[in-house]
Amino acid sequence: MKKVIITFAAITLFACMSVIVFTLIILIGSYFAGLLGSLTGLGGGFIIIPLLTLLLNVDIKYAIGASLVSVIATSSGSAAAYVREGITNMRLGMFLEIATTAGAMCGAILALYIPTNYIAVLFGLILICSALLSLRKKAEIIVHQKSYLAEKLKLNSFYPVNGSTVKYSVTNVAGGFFMMLFAGAISGLLGIGSGALKVIAMDTVMRIPFKVSTTTSNFMIGVTASASAVVYFQRGYISPGLVMPVVIGVLIGAFTGSKLLVNATSSRWLRLIFAVVVSVLAVQMIYHGIAGKI
Amino acid sequence: MIKFKDKDMQLLLGKVLRAGTVISVSIVFIGGLFYLYRHGHTIADYKKFKGIPDFVQHFSGIIGGVLSLKGQAIIQLGIILLISTPILRVAFSTMGFVLEKDYMYVGISMLVLLIIFVSMLSGHAG
Repeated sequence: MKKVIITFAAITLFACMSVIVFTLIILIGSYFAGLLGSLTGLGGGFIIIPLLTLLLNVDIKYAIGASLVSVIATSSGSAAAYVREGITNMRLGMFLEIATTAGAMCGAILALYIPTNYIAVLFGLILICSALLSLRKKAEIIVHQKSYLAEKLKLNSFYPVNGSTVKYSVTNVAGGFFMMLFAGAISGLLGIGSGALKVIAMDTVMRIPFKVSTTTSNFMIGVTASASAVVYFQRGYISPGLVMPVVIGVLIGAFTGSKLLVNATSSRWLRLIFAVVVSVLAVQMIYHGIAGKI
Repeated sequence: MIKFKDKDMQLLLGKVLRAGTVISVSIVFIGGLFYLYRHGHTIADYKKFKGIPDFVQHFSGIIGGVLSLKGQAIIQLGIILLISTPILRVAFSTMGFVLEKDYMYVGISMLVLLIIFVSMLSGHAG
């Protein structure tokens, strides 16, 4: 009997929450999303969307819109630092942005027609994939192959390491391009940054040094998200009262995350914990999607 | 004339991104304060998708809302600025490539802008 009362109270609480309480909960949740997202490099979108849809019963369309805007904020905010350091390969980023923005536009338009429970299931699957991918070992390989496309497009470059510069080349440009189309579409469809997918495209497919891959990926995430955000905006998916706490929370969380110095061991533990947490969230999302509750 | 190099572009883009983010999020924050002040005690209802209030859907509505200090309009204005920040960055990159006389990349970056523009239009259609 007591259990019934408590459950009923909880449901009522969440059902009839005032805007102030609602906003505060989102603010705190988004802060942790931003913090974890920046520490693990997986982005906050993966936590924000389950937080909003599973916990707070927000319609997934609003959640995706809010997440997308927060992705733009964190990407633009952090990219500024990376670009200054000279590690980002801007031409590579610009060229691949053709693929990501085209993909993002298609993904956003697709999202208008796909039933939301399919989106929830897809979200869960991509979540699991990204978590697993983030646990991979990262070997620092520098490739010096000749690639016709890379030469023609001026993609080969160098980056600074401890005072000196390291040259690297880019291979399999076409493969990377197609992967970026996919990454962009996922970003537009699910409202996430797709940073993990972008990094794979550059690091694994195009054999670019990991540091360059991550910074360039970060650089591209903002534009990609903007391409889909404009579609969502016009469809009324971007609700100001909801986006406001998400953006502010995530940004502050990400900022805190960037200031925390994390060494290699704790970084691995963090990723492990994150992987477990997101797997649980992913399973929940898939379950809710299949059960038609989202 | 001093040659505009990659390094200069990097610094400029960094500034554009940072300024854009700070300004837009500040506007969102201010709008948030107004919004909470006025609507803080209403019930939060995002369960069913029903779009957003009419006045924040169109630019003219938003400006009107901003002038009458409606929180949601101010927030929405901040969001629009936030979304435009990366787009602005691409525009600056284009200009940077022009100054570097790298015409292939002027073309590439303009293609990106074109795609985003088409994206904006397609949001309206259908």
